[in-house]
Amino acid sequence: MLHRIYAIYIARNREFLRDRGTLAWNLALPLVLMIGLSLAFSGDGRDQFTVGVLQETANLDIEQHPFLETRFINFVAFTDENIAFRKIERHQLDLLVRFDGQRRYWINPDSPKAYFAERLLLHADTTNGGNIEKAQISGDAIRYVDWVLPGILGMNMMFSCLFGVGYVVVRYRKNGFLKRLRATPLRPIEFIIAQLASRLSLIILITAVIYTGTHLFLDTRMEGSYFALLLIAILGAASMVSLGLMVAARVSSEELAGGLLNLITWPMMLLSGVWFSLEGASPLVQNAAQIFPLTHILDSSRAVMLDGASLIDIAPNLAALALMTAVFLGIGATFFRWNQD
Amino acid sequence: MRSALEARNLVKKYPGVVAVDDLSFAVSEGICFGLLGPNGAGKTTTVEIIEGVTQATSGEVWYFGEPAGERFREEAGIQFQNTALQDHVTVKETLQMFRSLYDRKADLNTIIEQCSLQELLDRDNRKLSGGQRQRLFLAVALVNRPRIIFLDEPTTGLDPQARRNFWELVQKIQSEGATIIMTTHYMDEAQILCNEIAIMDAGKIIAQGSPDELLRKQYEGLIIEMPVEDITGDLSSIEHKLIETLGIIEINTDDVSASITALSAQARNLNRIKIRQPNLEDLFLDLTGHSLRA
Repeated sequence: MLHRIYAIYIARNREFLRDRGTLAWNLALPLVLMIGLSLAFSGDGRDQFTVGVLQETANLDIEQHPFLETRFINFVAFTDENIAFRKIERHQLDLLVRFDGQRRYWINPDSPKAYFAERLLLHADTTNGGNIEKAQISGDAIRYVDWVLPGILGMNMMFSCLFGVGYVVVRYRKNGFLKRLRATPLRPIEFIIAQLASRLSLIILITAVIYTGTHLFLDTRMEGSYFALLLIAILGAASMVSLGLMVAARVSSEELAGGLLNLITWPMMLLSGVWFSLEGASPLVQNAAQIFPLTHILDSSRAVMLDGASLIDIAPNLAALALMTAVFLGIGATFFRWNQD
Repeated sequence: MRSALEARNLVKKYPGVVAVDDLSFAVSEGICFGLLGPNGAGKTTTVEIIEGVTQATSGEVWYFGEPAGERFREEAGIQFQNTALQDHVTVKETLQMFRSLYDRKADLNTIIEQCSLQELLDRDNRKLSGGQRQRLFLAVALVNRPRIIFLDEPTTGLDPQARRNFWELVQKIQSEGATIIMTTHYMDEAQILCNEIAIMDAGKIIAQGSPDELLRKQYEGLIIEMPVEDITGDLSSIEHKLIETLGIIEINTDDVSASITALSAQARNLNRIKIRQPNLEDLFLDLTGHSLRA
């Protein structure tokens, strides 16, 4: 069994690595994106103020204070003050306010946007008594490049795994290569494992190269352990490849496969937090995003890279990725077909 | 001689079409068995059902006395009519990859030599000519020292020299004990290579036996050919007329001199007359009632 898996694995690796155009694209796209974004968003990339509101409940009550009615400010409710303080420290929040009970606000004196947000708050507060208390929290900003790097690596991984496996399997089926393999002792599960292993090792390698490159050139933040990051990458790529194999289990039209894969990738691009944080989005959207593997990849890798999260902290994400891999792979292997008929 | 392979009541239905219609036959060990038929007769579908790559609607395939399964896949060598190989992979790597899929392994150098692939080993699969691809496909079919080999229209698209080389190779493989099942459009190929043939039309076998046996059964004696325009009398009165095609009339006779005497009475002259042995092409045209529809 192993020699058959190994034979298909090697053949697929060769095909991928010698297809210079595809390989270059897999490497160049994320690098170009990273460089472009770092130039475009030097400093904080978000274009509006984000203000945290500390309160007992997760639902924001804008009746509390006239400041909460200010337009073009994204108000996010926080129940845990430690999380909110860290975000002030990292410049991820421009301001943190508390209106229930003790009236207070927290500000990072090093953040330029905090200065303007504070002006707006104090102006609004004059109509409400004007005696709000001020507290300071210091810390360096998390640049947008630091924040977006996991997003870009994850997105690249998603495209590479879904299209690089799903699309290729469909092409193999359409041009009869799978039919030829079917006439050998190779079993479907052996073929699937070989495809999984091939893409997994190649994408880990590619991701490591891109990560190292951006880390060296842009000095991106890394608070946690590389082992945790590797584990996320492996499980994340496995879940994506499995998803690709599931989509490709029966389809024999490249157009249909392309459509289905786009249908899967675009919601992930928008809802998993590749480009911007979903903290201000409705709980419905946030919960819905949990069904996407990319959400778990990005949440956990950001936690490791930006906050130094431990393996225990990201265990729920890893478990979700492992479960998705098992389910997608199970469905993919069960419904797999060699032929078009 | 025991059967290497048996097809039992194979049926394959596609919406609106019965491609294979209750087909049964047995192939003895060590022979070259030819499946002949016009385009669309169901040859490829039949062979693919036997190979296990197409699911039959009903019916069974037996291999050396047991239902064809894992042992069959390990021991069968298959050359498809059209198949794609991986891009960016060389001829040698392709052979190595397929060879690794089997526990039975042939000596790669022998196969490379047999199929004259020495010069092409480092070439990308995409850069092979038609004949070179056919040779690679045959080599891929041989990587597991197959006991049974399937060749689906193996010489389609080859030049005459390449076809002859291919025939020699097939005869050599057969002489080493392998059973060969082939489909072909070429009657000369079937006549040279096949010990037994089955002629298919519309999903059924309409004749089966050795080429000589079938010809003996269908024809007595020889075939006389002459141009229609040389005949002055009434065509319908000519006895034993077989077929009239492309301006040529063919007559099957066991008494050549009597037929020639009869013809001379109705012909302008006999200068362009030809007398020859009946061949599979005649049989094929007679039985299927049409040309090869190629």
